[in-house]
Amino acid sequence: MSDMFKGYKGKALEILKKFKVRVWSEAKIETTRGEFEGIILPRSENDDAKHLVLKLDTGYNIGIAIDSIIEMKEYGYKEAKYKIPEKEFPTSPEKPNIKLFGTGGTIASRLDYRTGAVIPAFSPGELYGAVPELADICNLSTEKLFAVFSENMGPEQYTTLAKAIGKEIEKGIDGIVIGHGTDTMHHTAAALSYMVQNSPVPIVMVGSQRSSDRPSSDAALNLIHSTTAASQADIAEVLVCMFGPTSDEYALLHRGTRVRKMHSSYRSAFRTIGDIPLAMVKRDKITPLREDYNHRRKDKKVDIYPYFEERVTMVYYYPNMNPDIIDAVVEKGYKGIIIAGTGLGHVNKPLYPALERARRAGVAVYMTVQTLWGFVHMNVYETGRDMMSKGVIPAENMLPEVAYIKLGWALGQTGDLDKVKEIMLTPIGGDITEGEPYNGYLVYQGGIPEVEDFIKKFHK
Amino acid sequence: MKNNFSPEHNYINTKKITGYVEKKEATRETYSDLGFKCGHEIHQQLKTKKKLFCRCPAGIYHDPDDFNAEILRHMRPTLSELGEYDGTALMEFKTKKNITYRINNQTACTYDIDDTPPFPLNREALDIAIEVALLLKTNVVGELHITRKQYLDGSIPTGFQRTAIVGIEGEIPLKNKKVRIIQLSIEEESCREVSDIGHERIYTTDRLGIPLIETVTYPDLLTPDEAAEAAHYIRFLTRSTGKVQTGIGAAREDVNVSIDGGTRVEIKGVAHIARIPLLTHNEAFRQKALLEIKKTLNERFPNPAKWKMTHKPVSPNHIIEIPTFIDKKKANRYHWVAVNLPGFKGILSFFTQPGKSFANELSDRLKVIACIEKPNMIHSEPWYMNKKGNTPANLRQEEGFNQALNGHGVDFAAVRKLFKSGDNDAQLILWGPEDDIATAIETIEERCKWAFEGVPNETRKSIADGTTIFERVLPGPNRMYPDTDSPPIPIEEDHIQGIRKILPREVSDCMKQMKKWQIPGDTFCYLLKRNLFPLVEKIVEDFNQSPKFIGSLIGHHLKYIEGQITPSSPFTYDRIYHLVDFIIKKKLKRDILKQMLPVVYQYPNMDFESVLTTIEYKPKSEEDILDSIPVLKEKFSDISNSENESAMIRWVMGQLRPPALGNMRLSELHTKVAAGNGGNDE
Repeated sequence: MSDMFKGYKGKALEILKKFKVRVWSEAKIETTRGEFEGIILPRSENDDAKHLVLKLDTGYNIGIAIDSIIEMKEYGYKEAKYKIPEKEFPTSPEKPNIKLFGTGGTIASRLDYRTGAVIPAFSPGELYGAVPELADICNLSTEKLFAVFSENMGPEQYTTLAKAIGKEIEKGIDGIVIGHGTDTMHHTAAALSYMVQNSPVPIVMVGSQRSSDRPSSDAALNLIHSTTAASQADIAEVLVCMFGPTSDEYALLHRGTRVRKMHSSYRSAFRTIGDIPLAMVKRDKITPLREDYNHRRKDKKVDIYPYFEERVTMVYYYPNMNPDIIDAVVEKGYKGIIIAGTGLGHVNKPLYPALERARRAGVAVYMTVQTLWGFVHMNVYETGRDMMSKGVIPAENMLPEVAYIKLGWALGQTGDLDKVKEIMLTPIGGDITEGEPYNGYLVYQGGIPEVEDFIKKFHK
Repeated sequence: MKNNFSPEHNYINTKKITGYVEKKEATRETYSDLGFKCGHEIHQQLKTKKKLFCRCPAGIYHDPDDFNAEILRHMRPTLSELGEYDGTALMEFKTKKNITYRINNQTACTYDIDDTPPFPLNREALDIAIEVALLLKTNVVGELHITRKQYLDGSIPTGFQRTAIVGIEGEIPLKNKKVRIIQLSIEEESCREVSDIGHERIYTTDRLGIPLIETVTYPDLLTPDEAAEAAHYIRFLTRSTGKVQTGIGAAREDVNVSIDGGTRVEIKGVAHIARIPLLTHNEAFRQKALLEIKKTLNERFPNPAKWKMTHKPVSPNHIIEIPTFIDKKKANRYHWVAVNLPGFKGILSFFTQPGKSFANELSDRLKVIACIEKPNMIHSEPWYMNKKGNTPANLRQEEGFNQALNGHGVDFAAVRKLFKSGDNDAQLILWGPEDDIATAIETIEERCKWAFEGVPNETRKSIADGTTIFERVLPGPNRMYPDTDSPPIPIEEDHIQGIRKILPREVSDCMKQMKKWQIPGDTFCYLLKRNLFPLVEKIVEDFNQSPKFIGSLIGHHLKYIEGQITPSSPFTYDRIYHLVDFIIKKKLKRDILKQMLPVVYQYPNMDFESVLTTIEYKPKSEEDILDSIPVLKEKFSDISNSENESAMIRWVMGQLRPPALGNMRLSELHTKVAAGNGGNDE
């Protein structure tokens, strides 16, 4: 019954019932604004109850105000049936075997023009139908681990994913690709960097910034780049593979511990912070940008550490922050706090007593910088030294999100704060670097003549 | 084989078989016999401050070389409902174009290049669209749903155009009939193409995103002239709002033409309405020619499925000499393929359009689909080709005959030998970069197979000479889907009523009024196109002027001046209102307006007193002017021995016109001069 009037509520539902017109029916509607004819489409749950949605013959959708309807008549019925065409994915022994894990984002999809629905494509056959180039790169197998939006990824998914990766590696896979929504991809990348160590093969995370139903989507090329990286790259680390420039030119391979989404919508949103990426990937070529990475191995050994303590939080400091914010977190039983402090890693003085109370309650408190680039330096000012004496530990140049994940992971293994400190400050996968290279910070400022020259010369 | 087949004669003969007549000789019957049907899709840019889905300024254009950055993209087809690629999609993907967008920071932002979701729709634009929807008498929708319409040519960086229906089912009145309107939509403009060579296509993004309305008519237009009339009417109608862009490219037409047995073919981007009649005329006959070709081929091959073309790689300098019009260096890098087309004798040189034959259909597709620049093939029936291998549009087909094979050095006898061709076969040789050859062969085969079926569904580009060339396969209806980035926008009844209150007068009403006022009919187009009816009406009403005089002053006199003089700064038409106001306050007679107008137009900032000084106007009383009549008449008798009275009147008028201008009605003066002389009143 509810499906018969899918998405309609209130007055709209009443009028459909009154005239016995169902969703998916072809109907003629007489209104005070003239006559309309088309297929009644389901209505999005969040839209109002004052309109019906009609698909015209020309393919356009329009809305009709309920108040204007004089008469409606159903004269046909065409229910949409979703089916994705599958083509068998061609395999051959010469090609590397790649496993694609799905977490919920759509990497490829197909449109249902009649309804406008976007249907995700995920099985190898479906993917092959949408991105046939994949067959030239690898033998692809897929597994949908869960279907959650990127923002809903959490510890449970991190550990499931880590274990699944471990199993595949033990079975001898040549590379792993993980499809992921882009919003929290860098959190998951950090989690996997800690939970999956000493991998013999590349573990490549990928997503898309423009939905895969559009011709200009970056999804297909991202999939091509990431499978190429998983198949051919000599880099056996957890990587994020996303567009370098916004142009369809090449992708960058970022370390899972140093990458961050830096734009809400750009294709080239992902950037390595405080360092340079590991490599550039084109359709047919991988160009390493540095050499100090873990090389691919032939064995099937990998260390999986699927631990995570959920009672960890991150506090983004702002001037005037009240100490009760920290107190509240401590009182609620949190075991760890990452502070994103200003400048070199500061918070205001009124917070000190609260930090002291946190220390006494056995809460691990680490300092990172909200400037993102640069190290925490708590020795420069008296205030920094004060804070350290209250138990706040500087987290070097770990990114705030990475430090959050690492602290959760460390506390998941031990409650001993000294051990936690040892884990936190031991560099893993480049999360803390010895220093910052001069080209690790390049946020060019538009308008400056030489920058404009550069932008004009190279594709953005 | 050579014996008595002449491609020239075949071209002329097939033109006759097709029944082609020149446009000027065609009658209504010509078109009803063909089953001519035409409908419009008329695009009109709206005059808004900002673009439709972002806050960039609308209507600013840059030189294509004036850009700040370039972005490279590719367009991938998405699967259609049946899991297959749409025809256009497939073709566009085959072409594998590198699409470069040139961005100027002043007119484009991250939305334009699809790096940011859309901002809320520009309400100023929507209101103009609703206004036009009401003028077209369409049923305005209750809720606007933004829809994505796929375009894979790259003209829109997202790969789709955001578009929405504002109203459906309306009508416009023409002289003798009503033309039905399918719909009015609001949509975003596409990019301007800078170049398209080989696999590289360049666009500039200044025009992209300007609000646009599209009026779609039913195919109710049954002659080319009716098609032009409807296009004019719709243009007048949109202009009557005063809220649309004018100037080159601000209004563009896609004209759909079909004939009985033919197919809907879309002629895209016609910028001048005056070109519509010839373009649609020629398209109708092109379809007729293709139907004749179909007939011929089906007679030769009762089972078309059995028709099969063959091809072989050939090496230049071996079987053929490299045609002289091809760069020798490039020629050595190209791959060369000979193709045998069984039973196609007489088809390649079969007339399709004035100056074009079926071979052009193949060559055009090689350029568009296989990305091989022209010249890209030669064939065994070159009824006309100049030495460069071109068929310049400005040359009539009769010229250049017999130049055909000369200078090409192509021995098709050797090609025929290679294939052991039959007498009824035709051959061609194509060439291009190795990567494009497979597509090229496929393209030839596909188009030849289509010849058995008639007229392929396609979009064609108009050429200034009234012919068209292949642009792309016509997209199917399965390319629309909702824009998930934009919520529906309700259009409330109150809002519509508010707009209804400010609607301009209907174009047909304006026409009727102008007729009633006896304004000369040849001024209507000018007045309506520039939306000057309200100005005429205002002058007539506010100053109690003769509509005929004002209509002619603007529609004839000003129009002429516009063609002759370039104003020193932008001229606005309401200047004329102030001018009339000025002479009335000054109690000048209206004849002086014609004298003042060129100066007013040339120097829009000059005050009217100075204009009077410039034309050397001096105030003079009527008495003073009339007083000099007897003296002048005497003088005429002194200097002329003519007894002819009207010559005398003319001479006296000539002497008195300059001082009388503005001081006395000239017609009145004429009466006075003629008085007592038995002269005619003007």
